[in-house]
Amino acid sequence: MAQFLLELFCEEIPARMQEGATADLARLAREGLAQAELAFDEPRAFAGPRRLTLVVDGLPAAQTDRVEERKGPRVGAPEAALAGFLRSTGVARETLIEKDGVWFAVLERAGRPTAEILARLTETIVARFPWPKSMTWGDGKLRWIRPLHSLVCVFDRKIVPAEIPGVRIGDISEGHRFMGPRRPFRARDFDEYREALAGHFVVLGAPERKRRILEKARPLCAARGLELVEDAGLLDEVAGMVEWPVPILGDMDPRFLALPPEVVRTSMRVHQRYFAVRRAGDGALAPHFVCVANIETRDGGALIAAGNARVLSARLDDARFFWDEDRKVPLEARLETLKGVTFHARVGTLFERVERIETLARALAPVVGADPDLAARAARLAKADLATGMVGEFPELQGVMGGYYAAAQGEPEAVAQAVRDHYKPQGPSDSVPTAPVTVAVALADKLDSLAGFFAIGEAPTGSRDPFALRRAALGVIRILFENDVRASVGRLAGLADTSGSGQAGAVAAFFADRLKVLLRDQGRRHDLVDAVFALGDDDLVRLAARIEALGAFLSSEDGANLLAGSKRAANILAAEARKGPLPEGGPVRTAAPAEEAALFDALAAQRPLIDAALAREDFAGAMRALASLRAPVDAFFDKVLVNAEEPDVRANRLRLLAAVQREMSKIADFSAISG
Amino acid sequence: MTASRPLSFQDLILELNAFWSAQGCVILQPYDVEVGAGTLHPATVLRALGPRPWRAAYVQPSRRPSDGRYGENPNRLRQFHQYQVILKPNPPDMQALYLKSLEAVGIDPTLHDIRFVEDDWENPTVGAWGLGWEVWCDGMEISQYTYFQQVGGLDVSPVSGELTYGLERVALYVQGVDRVYDLAFNDPQGPDFKTYGEVFLENEREFSAFGLEVADVAVLKRHFEDMEREVPRLLAARGRQGQPLVLPAYDHVLKASHLFNLMDARGSIAVAERQSYIGRIRDLCKACAQAWVALEEAAA
Repeated sequence: MAQFLLELFCEEIPARMQEGATADLARLAREGLAQAELAFDEPRAFAGPRRLTLVVDGLPAAQTDRVEERKGPRVGAPEAALAGFLRSTGVARETLIEKDGVWFAVLERAGRPTAEILARLTETIVARFPWPKSMTWGDGKLRWIRPLHSLVCVFDRKIVPAEIPGVRIGDISEGHRFMGPRRPFRARDFDEYREALAGHFVVLGAPERKRRILEKARPLCAARGLELVEDAGLLDEVAGMVEWPVPILGDMDPRFLALPPEVVRTSMRVHQRYFAVRRAGDGALAPHFVCVANIETRDGGALIAAGNARVLSARLDDARFFWDEDRKVPLEARLETLKGVTFHARVGTLFERVERIETLARALAPVVGADPDLAARAARLAKADLATGMVGEFPELQGVMGGYYAAAQGEPEAVAQAVRDHYKPQGPSDSVPTAPVTVAVALADKLDSLAGFFAIGEAPTGSRDPFALRRAALGVIRILFENDVRASVGRLAGLADTSGSGQAGAVAAFFADRLKVLLRDQGRRHDLVDAVFALGDDDLVRLAARIEALGAFLSSEDGANLLAGSKRAANILAAEARKGPLPEGGPVRTAAPAEEAALFDALAAQRPLIDAALAREDFAGAMRALASLRAPVDAFFDKVLVNAEEPDVRANRLRLLAAVQREMSKIADFSAISG
Repeated sequence: MTASRPLSFQDLILELNAFWSAQGCVILQPYDVEVGAGTLHPATVLRALGPRPWRAAYVQPSRRPSDGRYGENPNRLRQFHQYQVILKPNPPDMQALYLKSLEAVGIDPTLHDIRFVEDDWENPTVGAWGLGWEVWCDGMEISQYTYFQQVGGLDVSPVSGELTYGLERVALYVQGVDRVYDLAFNDPQGPDFKTYGEVFLENEREFSAFGLEVADVAVLKRHFEDMEREVPRLLAARGRQGQPLVLPAYDHVLKASHLFNLMDARGSIAVAERQSYIGRIRDLCKACAQAWVALEEAAA
């Protein structure tokens, strides 16, 4: 068994594409080798800034030989047909064998050498590699993520005879641009290759580079009483930008700590790919940063640290310019600019959106216990920061900057907080606002998006949700739940439907749909949403409580039996309804049979208990009352024939069944529950 | 730094000229129409099109009215200088050549952290894009490095490699200075030493005020429309050899583009209008590009 080693050496690959490229490389190898019917161990792939590497062990020297019988003409077919078959298969007539009156040629096919298969596989990998974006260079037609220079392509320590125009193929690679010998090296297998890379200052795999970054950066900070602010996304990116990671602790001018910490951290992360650093004691941002260089220098990185510090100062100078300039203009004056900003061609400008959110937030305020004037004020200012210089530079600081600017111009704390947090929750791991004014604006913001896009027919479909409406709806649901806000989502959607599109019902149904997803994700009974939503109750908090109780009820023996009884009653009623109109009115008490009387009595006894329990939203209590109907219902079905011959008796029994159904449907639409 | 004495701003330019001249580039002068980027010089935008090889290098003052800071920001400028190199087709060792050019101006890559960081370049107003990087030196972007894929909305073949050095930034590095106005423009030991500020600070102050506050929006808009009308007329006209007047037409595209930048800096272009303005300039540029390609293909 032998090893295949492939290295694709090119100019710098974008960091964000390296992980995907690793997976694609392994997949293409796996598919190609499987198709060639070669045995192989699981391919291993690695990516770094200048190279993709693949190792496959356990390969045979060649495919196994194969014998194939190819079907020819019938015995006795015209001579020309037989001659043609012999020509195409290249066998002699006397070697043909006959089976069931048909000629077969026996073809022995020697397995192709693995090296040859790998040569074609390599060419295919290069030709078909699914880069998100690729380019041509020079005079050539080849496409790759950036110019592809050379391949190490060896099998069983011998060079694989692949051919790619303009690309050198052999057993030669290069290491770090500026460290080590700075000469090409030769590698004929993976051990030699990895050893050579280490000697040429290249760490092959991303996980190893990440580990080294953390292992060096943490003590670097700790030695000065500091802590690295860890950031997994940033670590991924940085590890894709260096072949030889060297964390360096740099100093920041402490004057910049007067800027909002979010600004400092964002500038570090977005512009410079620096890690922020905090004080070990109180966790406050410290006037330092950690950058990850790609080189160890003879001055211990002193010039690099100084250079990076200077760049950061320039960046933060610019941020301070925005911070100072932005605060000279009251947020309200920014609304003028928003009149010229299109939110969506068919939904209108941002200014129009602000006006709608303001009206909506005021209307929602009493529902969520907020001061209507504060809610309206916060809504009016909520989007103003989109027109500021800082948010123009750092779009991810929307809301955050608005909050600072609102506080700076003396807005009440509740208003500033609402401006800051009204985008929340922005994802499943984001926190949900709880301050009443913030809740009002956050709900208004999301409801307006939903209403606006539903009105123009842009409801999400399948995997298409370009306006993140699912996230918006889920955000609304979480806000309602976590703040125990009691409101009909149909009414909320109706308030938001300022265009009179009539889509409020569709929006409400969309909430029910999202609620199912949420419950499913929480491992709760999402299949009961329809059964409860069908009752017309769309207060989601109550709905969830009802579902919780219903789920517990159905999993009890009484519940399961009552569900079965209810379905039976429904079937009977449906069958009878097909024959003619069902009798109207309520049942009367009859002395006999006893089971009929018992069911009547049980219904009469439990009805007020059920109603009282529902009135105080004691769903478990209502279910308990319902559960006591189980025995009489079972006995009734057991002993009593509904379809009695006397019409009056039959009518009364049908009325009785309908009465049972009426009680049950106060809890849920049991016909919508499966099982 | 390896050089015994850091290069002055103008020596930096002279070194780059010498380096790229040795690589066979024609050394051109800045184009004498206001542009926002060195790429817009016809020696790059137009010469990147068509089949004929081309190597050129030049300095281009680049004017970005909205970056005006009245001379108060240590390194953001309304007018800065780009050193522009185009190699068509790009040679296989272009990255290595670029790194050598850094050494030539005194940036020792064994002492600094030089990085190629993904940056897909795009200039929507000239319908051009390419893949490449911004080149970082110790975290500062000192160059833009691009392999053109499309110009004027047309695919290019062969591909040009384009290098853009931010000269002020490189100089800040080489001289170890924090404020652009403190850069040595010429030799500090020479008979009439001048700093960058002595040469350009007043320019920044006046043009920032002009671009951000005083420029007359109505006049700019009228001029823009004039330029826009001229382009198709010039492309329809014929020179003595029967050719459309592509180069004069392209000059008018550049002027329209700069007028748009001025209007934008004055805040007079609503966000909704932006795309439409950019589209108008791109269409003009595309028309020039098509006419130029026809000429080049006929000549090749």
